[in-house]
Amino acid sequence: MSAAADSMPVAAVRRVGSVSLFLVQILARIPASLKRPGLIVSQIYNAGARSLVIIMLSGMFVGMVLGLLGFDVFQRFGSEDYVGVLAALGNLKVLGPVLTALLFAGRAGTALTSEIGLMKSTEQLTAMQMMAVDPIRYVVVPRFLGGFIAMPLLAATFTVIALYGAQLIGVQQMGVDQGAYWSQTQNAVDLNDVWEGIVKSLVFGVAVSLVAVYEGYHAVPTPEGVGLATTRTVVISSVLVLLLNYLLTAAFLNTNQL
Amino acid sequence: MCYAVGGRKIFDGLDITARRGRITAFMGPSGTGKTTLLRLITGQVTAERGSVRVFGDEVSTMSGGELFALRRRMGMLFQNGALLTDLDVYENVAFPVREHTKLPEPLVRQLVLTKLHAVGLRGAARLMPSELSGGMARRVALARAIVMDPEILIYDEPFVGLDPISMGVICRLIKQMNEALGITSIVVSHDVHELGSIAHDSYLLSGGRVVASGTPEELARSELAEVKQFMGGLADGPVPFHYPASTYEDELLGQAGDSK
Repeated sequence: MSAAADSMPVAAVRRVGSVSLFLVQILARIPASLKRPGLIVSQIYNAGARSLVIIMLSGMFVGMVLGLLGFDVFQRFGSEDYVGVLAALGNLKVLGPVLTALLFAGRAGTALTSEIGLMKSTEQLTAMQMMAVDPIRYVVVPRFLGGFIAMPLLAATFTVIALYGAQLIGVQQMGVDQGAYWSQTQNAVDLNDVWEGIVKSLVFGVAVSLVAVYEGYHAVPTPEGVGLATTRTVVISSVLVLLLNYLLTAAFLNTNQL
Repeated sequence: MCYAVGGRKIFDGLDITARRGRITAFMGPSGTGKTTLLRLITGQVTAERGSVRVFGDEVSTMSGGELFALRRRMGMLFQNGALLTDLDVYENVAFPVREHTKLPEPLVRQLVLTKLHAVGLRGAARLMPSELSGGMARRVALARAIVMDPEILIYDEPFVGLDPISMGVICRLIKQMNEALGITSIVVSHDVHELGSIAHDSYLLSGGRVVASGTPEELARSELAEVKQFMGGLADGPVPFHYPASTYEDELLGQAGDSK
């Protein structure tokens, strides 16, 4: 085996170690960062409020497609009343958190990476260090927390809009009985399903925000380096979200079956 | 002091001193490690061997907290200003004050406006960094660098990319800061004439060592080939015009042969 092929697993382990250490550095600085809530609030606005339109639009379309798909599938068995169940469970447990995280990685994650990367390439982070200000505390932690807080809120928004979209198609357009639609949904969904969605969106929030700030902070300080870091944020976040989604889904299924 | 990156020696046996209350200039061709020298002085990187002492304390053995304490006694002007792009001019200058003190707002305001007035940009307080010219950005950065009244002020290539007027302004400000506030100044640049007009002591670096040192006048009179090439701006000399390559004839004839 060549040295390059041997070094790949080593490089991967090194990277995981580096990201973990960075997370520890972030967690250690959270108490100090909480003393400046204004910085965190502005990052919640940047990561959350500015992603709201794309999240709402996507939620509506996903919900409408679920309505169409559900109607198509269930009418074959004469069980159109179950459209709401598919839409609710699909959105709450999987599509809401996963699609929000993927959209969040593309919209807010890339913005975080490129912003921090540009600050690095224009020596703003070094300037902070020279002014005896810790850039992880001042720049990284508020952005990480902003993403972590915004992500579940966006996922909740996505899910609510998607449920509305599914209902719009299933009930308003395809003519499923409204009472049957909602009563089947109410019977099928329990609190564990909601809880699963919340946990997933929290975990995805940490994962995407961490990848975004890590890649920005460790970007090669050149225009090309920042571009590559931004691309890595999208690729790594997306794969990580899908992998974590599988693991969490399996874990919740096992827990529910116990 | 010795310093190497990836096995390549940047400094080998470098021995320099910047004296208190004076303007010391470090000059040298591009790629000699002038900026690296500043990174060593400020503890951003550590020397491989030898010693870097600031205020008599060894920088390489300092903990993170000690290093931050040291940096609070220093100010640094970066090549491009390195202003925080999401803050306006006023907030940029106020940034170190807000981070390190709990001064009431009227006092912060007074402090910031005083420093901005000193660099002639009190009227630009509410402009964003993107609205400033290169020279203005550097003056704002200078105001920010002096707002905590540092004992040492470090300038990294302060004249790069400036028009003659801005260059003159920065030159005058460096001299003023030194004379009025008694700040020890370390200037890294390759602008021989500007440095000559303000520096008390000069070092010419090349190939990882000090080639010559003394007052700017002494350097100008030096007969050393390296010094003459640098001070005279000669294209060829100890620093060759041509990047190392095979002979011109061999290369051309080889190409002709290849094309057949």
